Amino acid sequence: MSIKIITDKCTGCTLCVKICPFGAITMVSKKAVIDLDQCTLCGACVDSCKFDAIELKRDSSKTPNLEDYKGIWIFGEQKKGVIQSVVYELLGKAQDLAKKLNTKVCCVVLGHNMKNNLKELIHRGADKVYVVDAPELENFLDEPYTKVLVNLLRKYRPEIFLCGATFIGRSLVSRVAVKLHTGLTADCTGLDIDEKEKFLLQTRPAFGGNIMATILSKNHRPQMATVRHKVFKEADVDTTRKGEVIEETVSKTLLTSRTKLLDIVEEVTSTVNIAEADIIVSGGRGMKSPENFEILEELAKVLGGAVGASRAAVDSDWIPYSHQVGQTGKTVCPKIYIACGISGQIQHLVGMQSADIIIAINQDSSAPIFTVANYGIIGDLFKVVPLLTAKFKKALNQ
Amino acid sequence: MNIIVSIKQVPDTTQVRIDPETNTLIREGVESIINPFDMYAIEEGVRLKEKHGGKTIAITMGPPQAEAALKEAISMGCDEGYLISDRAFAGSDTLATGYTLAMAVKKIKDFDIILCGKQASDGDTAQVGPGIATQLDIPQVTYVKKIEDIKDKVATVERMTEEGFEIVKTSLPCLLTVVKEINEPRIPSLKGRMKAKKAIIPTWKAIDLDVDEVRLGLTGSPTWVSKIFTPPPRPKGKIFEGEPEDTTTQLTDLLKDRLV
Repeated sequence: MSIKIITDKCTGCTLCVKICPFGAITMVSKKAVIDLDQCTLCGACVDSCKFDAIELKRDSSKTPNLEDYKGIWIFGEQKKGVIQSVVYELLGKAQDLAKKLNTKVCCVVLGHNMKNNLKELIHRGADKVYVVDAPELENFLDEPYTKVLVNLLRKYRPEIFLCGATFIGRSLVSRVAVKLHTGLTADCTGLDIDEKEKFLLQTRPAFGGNIMATILSKNHRPQMATVRHKVFKEADVDTTRKGEVIEETVSKTLLTSRTKLLDIVEEVTSTVNIAEADIIVSGGRGMKSPENFEILEELAKVLGGAVGASRAAVDSDWIPYSHQVGQTGKTVCPKIYIACGISGQIQHLVGMQSADIIIAINQDSSAPIFTVANYGIIGDLFKVVPLLTAKFKKALNQ
Repeated sequence: MNIIVSIKQVPDTTQVRIDPETNTLIREGVESIINPFDMYAIEEGVRLKEKHGGKTIAITMGPPQAEAALKEAISMGCDEGYLISDRAFAGSDTLATGYTLAMAVKKIKDFDIILCGKQASDGDTAQVGPGIATQLDIPQVTYVKKIEDIKDKVATVERMTEEGFEIVKTSLPCLLTVVKEINEPRIPSLKGRMKAKKAIIPTWKAIDLDVDEVRLGLTGSPTWVSKIFTPPPRPKGKIFEGEPEDTTTQLTDLLKDRLV
């Protein structure tokens, strides 16, 4: 594997210099020069060059019999027997992709006593539901879940496998992809099919959302990706849809685990999970005290949303870490994000800037949060927020 | 007890800016730092050693300048650092990176716990930690927010979930990825800094590891980056200023229909 500039073809247009995410290309005497110590051979420049002047040689170890892999599989994540909403979002997207590939959508569920909860998966677009039922699979554990999934994926060989980018999903499929020796793209926000080659185009943010990258697994199957919550719309329910539920039995040796779950603790403070909320009301340093978060809770209640926070508020112990939005907290993608007393440091912005609508309330008109806000109010949040709560309440006829 | 902390040197994303004219990343003057999540892994590794004895070893895969990250880890209390660096590793995706790091761990051989940050701040994949564990065939617990107890080769830890946390027991050796809540990383002491300055960091190349070359770097990486682009800038917002009574009315009127 190597990369080189074919100097005869290089016109000195500098496109590659601009696209290189690692700053590895410079122009010397009007020709591109690659600094091999900086270059990661990512190939971005090769695609950017209109003159075929960059050559990347790569010998790859393909998955054998690629063409035998057919169908799209979705991981049907369940907790306490309840299918998680991200699964329905994936089923919606998977139907679009399946049309382009002229193939079927299957969902795989691992759990215990799940059989009665599977109809909805069919009503929402699964052609087949594979279910493995065992007491050992009642709650998520990395090892048995990995072993069972790998077993099924090797058996049925889907070309695409999608999973929610949840705590469970990201932990689980990282192991599965290694076992299958295939590519995995984390935390995708866009999925499509390449018209010519039929590859899965997996688009995701990188460098904290400052750039987007589209990633392919050309020579390996299944093409695996985890997908962020709330990016795709839930599949509609159609109770007339027909499908098949297939019970799979697996060998007991696949169910052993070196980790054991002792207890599940649900924290009362996070009654609404911010990763799944459609509306988030967040507070920052400007909240001044833990008691003041009450006004945010009231606003969130009226809107049916959740309360989030910036790192400054969490570090001051005003609100638990599970509410933190941003680089060291959670990445959220709600329909509406209301930032109250949050200045908008880049670490916070990377965690929420993909929200549909951002509303900023801040006293300081020069706060960076206003640069990403669709709407902003410059003013004292202690006056503005209660007024908004009252007016939204009235507008919503509560 | 021997602990290995696997860390990554990343560009300081807080300094990464977009040039509004060319719409590309401005990298000039952007410093390299230890991935913020790895700081918690280093701190936890040093605390475990202080409590249970043994030693804490930091490893990183990266270009020669990643040595600085290992020196910083030593200044915080790690005993040794190994730099895994070779042109053969360039272009590694998470699969090849996990494999290479796992082979480096095999060379160290004697370990009880591997610690990683929950993810790196540049790629945000959270895949390399589980990748190392899978290649070594050891159990893993991700998103650990507290190590409650370690005895008789069993660790009891708290694992963060969307709703709260789980209490999980795992046999050792194991790999844990940690979240911010687990501790507060220390500031290196003067003594630590002196030690780091004098520390010699060995570099391991592909030839020093028992690796299958087909699984390294680009060749060993199934994923390809086919396109990189900057997301479209957000449209310029509407900002209200004035009496709260008026500004809140204006905003409510605009949003009314979207709230239902």
